[in-house]
Amino acid sequence: MLQAGEWAYSETLKEHFMNPKNILQGENTDDFDGVGMEGNLQCGDQMMVVIKVDKEKDVITDCQWKTYGCASAIASTSVLSEMVKGRTLDAAFHISPKEVALELGGLPDHKIHCSVLGDKALRAAINNYYTRNGKEDQVKQEQSKVICQCMSITDHDIEDAVLEGARTYFELQERTKCGTVCGQCKDESEALLEKFKHIHFGA
Amino acid sequence: MADMKVYFDHNATTPMHPEVKKEMIAAMEMFGNPSSMHSYGREARANVEDARRKVADFIGADEREIIFVGSGSEANNTVLSLFVCGTSQCIAGSKMRSTIITTKIEHPCVLETSECLAHRGVRVKYLDVDRYGKIDLDQLAGMLGDDVGLVSVMMANNEIGTLQDIEAISAMVHASGALMHTDAVQAIGKVPVDVRKLGVDFLTISAHKIYGPKGVGALFVKKGIPYCPLIRGGHQELGRRAGTENTLGILGLGRAVEMRRFEMPEEEERMLHLKQTLRRGIEERIDDIYFNGHPTDALASTLNVSFTGVEGEAILLYLDLEGIAVSTGSACASGSLDPSHVLLATGVDAELAHGSIRFSMGRESSIQEVEYVLDVLPPIIQRIRNMSTAYIKGGLHAASR
Repeated sequence: MLQAGEWAYSETLKEHFMNPKNILQGENTDDFDGVGMEGNLQCGDQMMVVIKVDKEKDVITDCQWKTYGCASAIASTSVLSEMVKGRTLDAAFHISPKEVALELGGLPDHKIHCSVLGDKALRAAINNYYTRNGKEDQVKQEQSKVICQCMSITDHDIEDAVLEGARTYFELQERTKCGTVCGQCKDESEALLEKFKHIHFGA
Repeated sequence: MADMKVYFDHNATTPMHPEVKKEMIAAMEMFGNPSSMHSYGREARANVEDARRKVADFIGADEREIIFVGSGSEANNTVLSLFVCGTSQCIAGSKMRSTIITTKIEHPCVLETSECLAHRGVRVKYLDVDRYGKIDLDQLAGMLGDDVGLVSVMMANNEIGTLQDIEAISAMVHASGALMHTDAVQAIGKVPVDVRKLGVDFLTISAHKIYGPKGVGALFVKKGIPYCPLIRGGHQELGRRAGTENTLGILGLGRAVEMRRFEMPEEEERMLHLKQTLRRGIEERIDDIYFNGHPTDALASTLNVSFTGVEGEAILLYLDLEGIAVSTGSACASGSLDPSHVLLATGVDAELAHGSIRFSMGRESSIQEVEYVLDVLPPIIQRIRNMSTAYIKGGLHAASR
């Protein structure tokens, strides 16, 4: 007879869940150079990332966080906070959820969405730093608009999904998780899906 | 204390009763097919029928009214599917009565079957519940009419433990000419169930919730009530459920109800004491919590509580690391993205639903276990709240400011 597995997820994830690194203590973020927050409580995931920056070198010297969410969400923010220290703002900006999941030793498919908010919150923090320091020109404001509030999916994400092959609303949801929670954005997402299909593929 | 193991998830499933195990192990050599006429078959038949008598006695039914099935889910699927038939050949008059009424807090096996039936032309109406999980009898009265064929209301809710007044509901349903089903999977063996007193036409039982084996259940179908099998092609169960009987499982179910009969009467008071101790302890030691479910009309063994600012899967997994097994209404634990449909139906905010934990105790649960949970839980909640964006003392959310 098989025994219970050691744990529900990977050992690395367990370690970061049991001993999360770099939790922001208290509510005060005044000592930090950039603050970013993503997600919402209704959907069960929210993450705040705060960074300190070496202003000479544009290198992240400290990264702390708070997360409202499940074990995967907690562990992915924890591991992200370790990953970004010492990276340049530019390098940190391009960390993808895939890299975070990899660093955690992998995540089950249905948990990927729990890890996508950390890197988004980090990008928001980096942009916030640029804004505060008179470097608005460096803000990578994608001029994007959040369409799906629950999963923080923007019109850009929808465009990317279309470029990568999504043609139906179902495929769009598979790729982006857009509209998979409250579903209120369905009409707007479908309109954008048609729009981008038309722009890029003349469909 | 770190080695302590506490199983507070009895509404999910229960460990088999030692007496059930003993009986099943002793019967391991019994392999005959109850349909065979030789001695092997007759031995199996005798034991299946003995179990049927025990189940029937336990709920005040006649033994011919008990059909053994593979699970509570199968029993519920069977009852609901009676009304999908496009003809009125099996169920006389069903064509005229093609509406089903159920509640928003049923088990998914009822809700998803109802949705499927709706796609196949059955009209389904869903009863709301109040903040304690009780249905509104006035709303039911408004829904009943000569188009309604079946009403299905669970007796006790699996997540919040709330009990419905099945007796009163049955009376109303019958007055309107419809049939009455109750999913009693969580109620049976915890509160007295008498099918005649309840006045139901169909009632669902599962073995593994009452210290019996998994993969076996029973469906009560009142004598004279129209019926059509879900699984066809065999004469077993008087042609009402095809498939060779799960003899060992049925034997286990029989022994399980027998043991419930002995143990249930003294148990409720003890359960209530455990639940009240747990409830009071949580109230005293942890701020910003909300209890879900009815304060009095509820299972004595089920306590459901929401913690603001924390997500349930995280609580579940931290408790698991301390040897405590519970379940959560959080979406994350289930693999879906929606929190508990039961809590949402009672009007609980989605955020609080994500932060809910269900403690369900059983026959072996002790006050020492409750005290251990009360020692371990507060620091875990504090720890998660400390890393949460959503909590500062007093319940004001960082995000809302």
